[in-house]
Amino acid sequence: MVPLVRFILWCALAAVSAAAPAQATAQEELLRTASEPGKRGGKLVIAQRSEPRTFNPMTAVDQNSLGVIARMMADLVHINRVTQRAEPALAKSWTISKDGTEITVKLRRGLRFSDGAPFDADDVIFSFKVYLDERVHAPQRDLLSVSGKPMTVRKLDAYSVLFTFPAPYAPADRVFDDIAILPRHLLEKDYQEGKINQAWSLNTAPDKIAGLGAFRLKQMIPGDRIVLERNPYYWKVDARGQRLPYLDELTFVVAPSQDAQVIRFQAGDSQLISGLSAGNFTVLEPQQRARHFKLYDAGPGLEYNFLMFNLNDDMEGRFPEIARKQKWFRDVRFRQAVSAAIDRAGIARLAYHSRAVALATHVSPGDKLWFNAAIPAPMRSLTRARELLKGAGFSWGSDGALMDSNGLAVQFTILVSSSNAQRAQIATLVQDDLKQIGIVAHVVPMEGRSVNDRVLDSHDYEAVVMGLVRGDLDPASDMNLLTSSGQTHLWHLREKTPATPWEAELDQLLQKQMVTPNYRQRKRIYDRIQEILAQELPLVYLISPNILVGAQEDLGNFRPAIVEQYTFWNADELFWHTPRGKH
Amino acid sequence: MTRRFPFTWAVWFLLAVHLLVLLAGFIAPYGFATQQRLYPYAPPVRIHFVDCQGKFHLRPFVYALKPVENSLGEYAPDCSRPARIQFFTVGDSYTFFGAFHSRLHLFGVDATAGLFLLGTDGFGRDQFSRLLYGGQVSLFAGFVAAALSVVAGLFLGAIAGMYGGRVDDLAMRFAEIFITVPWFYLLIAVRAFLPLQISPVTAFLLVVAVIGLVGWGRPARLARGVILSARERNFVLAARGFGASNAYLLRRHLMPLTFRVLLTQMTVLIPQFILAEVILSFLGLGIGEPFPSWGNMLAHAQQYHVLVSYWWMLLPGLAPVPVFLAYHSLAETLQERVKSNL
Repeated sequence: MVPLVRFILWCALAAVSAAAPAQATAQEELLRTASEPGKRGGKLVIAQRSEPRTFNPMTAVDQNSLGVIARMMADLVHINRVTQRAEPALAKSWTISKDGTEITVKLRRGLRFSDGAPFDADDVIFSFKVYLDERVHAPQRDLLSVSGKPMTVRKLDAYSVLFTFPAPYAPADRVFDDIAILPRHLLEKDYQEGKINQAWSLNTAPDKIAGLGAFRLKQMIPGDRIVLERNPYYWKVDARGQRLPYLDELTFVVAPSQDAQVIRFQAGDSQLISGLSAGNFTVLEPQQRARHFKLYDAGPGLEYNFLMFNLNDDMEGRFPEIARKQKWFRDVRFRQAVSAAIDRAGIARLAYHSRAVALATHVSPGDKLWFNAAIPAPMRSLTRARELLKGAGFSWGSDGALMDSNGLAVQFTILVSSSNAQRAQIATLVQDDLKQIGIVAHVVPMEGRSVNDRVLDSHDYEAVVMGLVRGDLDPASDMNLLTSSGQTHLWHLREKTPATPWEAELDQLLQKQMVTPNYRQRKRIYDRIQEILAQELPLVYLISPNILVGAQEDLGNFRPAIVEQYTFWNADELFWHTPRGKH
Repeated sequence: MTRRFPFTWAVWFLLAVHLLVLLAGFIAPYGFATQQRLYPYAPPVRIHFVDCQGKFHLRPFVYALKPVENSLGEYAPDCSRPARIQFFTVGDSYTFFGAFHSRLHLFGVDATAGLFLLGTDGFGRDQFSRLLYGGQVSLFAGFVAAALSVVAGLFLGAIAGMYGGRVDDLAMRFAEIFITVPWFYLLIAVRAFLPLQISPVTAFLLVVAVIGLVGWGRPARLARGVILSARERNFVLAARGFGASNAYLLRRHLMPLTFRVLLTQMTVLIPQFILAEVILSFLGLGIGEPFPSWGNMLAHAQQYHVLVSYWWMLLPGLAPVPVFLAYHSLAETLQERVKSNL
């Protein structure tokens, strides 16, 4: 009897294995990963600040949505978050023409979407048609355009596609990163009816959403959790030929503040944590062994905090008081003196428990490919600050207060978002540093949105302490901020022509690097850009915090990155050494 | 006799606390904004009589702190650097009652060490000094705001009680509206409308004025009640018979009757308004950095790592408790006296 039962069980197991494509079939062109082969099974819970707003890649802009979407979708070329280089994904290979304007992409054959439908060049053509359609207003359109003109896409055969840029485009292959390839069979109807932006909302049934990512939607409980399950058709295998991903389920829960995330992580309710503040890192550090988790300091990330003066030219008449103070702000010697007076080492120690680096420009040493190591990290020197101010015609009153050449005391307000504790702390430290050179700065904490409104719309501010995160490691991501005509040229918005000779030079260099395909030549140009920024200080660059993350010690292939989705960018490779029910 | 004890103690305690914070500049060993960046989150210092070698000293001293490497908020005493506690030392400059400048402090130690009686905050600022300076802000806010609302209440309540009829109706309905207004949201709205380019102190005084003026409803009703009942009393009627004007009656006969009631009311309002200021500053809507108030000092403890690691950061939250208890005891005794006199 027992051998018969065993035989029946074996047969059942064989049938199940045949039904699900657990092992690669011959006609599929799968990607073999180099990471450590792991074990199948288990669940992983990730806590996010808020739940996604949508599953639609055409409308998602917030990290909470993008993080979930990226697990369900795949791109043609993917940037490895650790090596920071472009790697093949759905594209098996690609070639760039000599003039740098054309990219021919060869697609993997035999792949299937998570609902089992086959994938080919028509899906790629459809996806790019949607992203490039002006009526869709997809955020990807800007990325896929050079000098305002969009790229064109042409199908060569069922598995090759030609992309043509209107001008040479240096980071050509990188633009495909995170551009999700959409299933034509599910979305074409919505697109033709002009309803593509309403598609794939949080209310959409899971079987109506499919992608080429490692996971697919299983369940959505609004306000509680989103459960993704393993995509049995995923196109990556490990060194042993085992199909990825290893995890059966990926669950996203909401913990609205970092402190709430820390408490959940401590309790083991979530098994990954990212964006830890240095303070919380210090609290968790001694608990690592007892609670079976491990913390990682991935080094400086792409966030840069800075002090910015209002250099907009529409102040006269509207804000006469600010216009008067802009005479100081526009003098580079004043900005350099402020920079020299700031104790960045003190900021790093007090606000970030020494887990941060001082910055001379917006590029942190974490951006290994583009950081200009020749620019020295700024050191505090009150003597130099005083010399610069004296050279710019400032003097000091008997009480030590700094006066401009008209005898007016130098005073200004510094806005800061009250919701970011570290940034508020930076503002208070800067305030105290400036007091040492006789400048009276009033720190005004206000709600983050009000700060943004003042900086971007009303321009009603004198100085502000802010932080930005660079969109990508590539210099192309700086275009909007640094070019004088850029949408987010923060210190001087809507500049018609470059206001200063150095801004004109910056514009020129930025355009040049965008069409220089050779890395070394491009790096030389970008080094010069950084030199100009460090010298002219349109923003007084302060500090870049380290990326601090943690994971349960049992989690295999955990490789934290310094760019978004710091901990689960490689969710397809993560596995539990001992898959347990509780995960 | 037993009831008099808490009352006397409360009065003395409140006098002592107010004197202490008024003399903050002199008593505090450091300025409220003085940052000692080498000593963030230093724990309360230990005062020694016996040194590391076991030798007894008659004069108390502290050891300089040595930060433990690669950590924040962990320090070891440096036995090679003792610093005696000295009296009448010269240190950070401060202003006395807005007029006299001085650098004399009641006590302190050499600059080589730190005398952090209640530890330091994340900027290395002495908590004890900031607690005293913060008391100036919080206690002063409560007092001024309560005085404002009592004076406004007395004025409007007296007019309503004296003239009656439509004036009374109008003033009392108006008072009721103010009593029902959710003052907290009103304050948030008012604070948001204040312009940026005013000093934090001015912004703070404006907020205090708003707290005070919103709270006039209750004192006005009390004053009105007392005056309404008193204006029909014989001595008032007699004065009126002799040709006394309304203004004379109010000033000479009626208003003095309200003083006891309003004094009691004030002792009830002061802690309420101290709490209002503490809450506003806690939420970042009161006085701004680097000026301390018990509220904005406590705000630092909102961060999880501060809350679980540095207990002395919670002291600003405990500071108002004895003050509230003292005011409460004062109010209770005054209330009983008023009742027994009526």
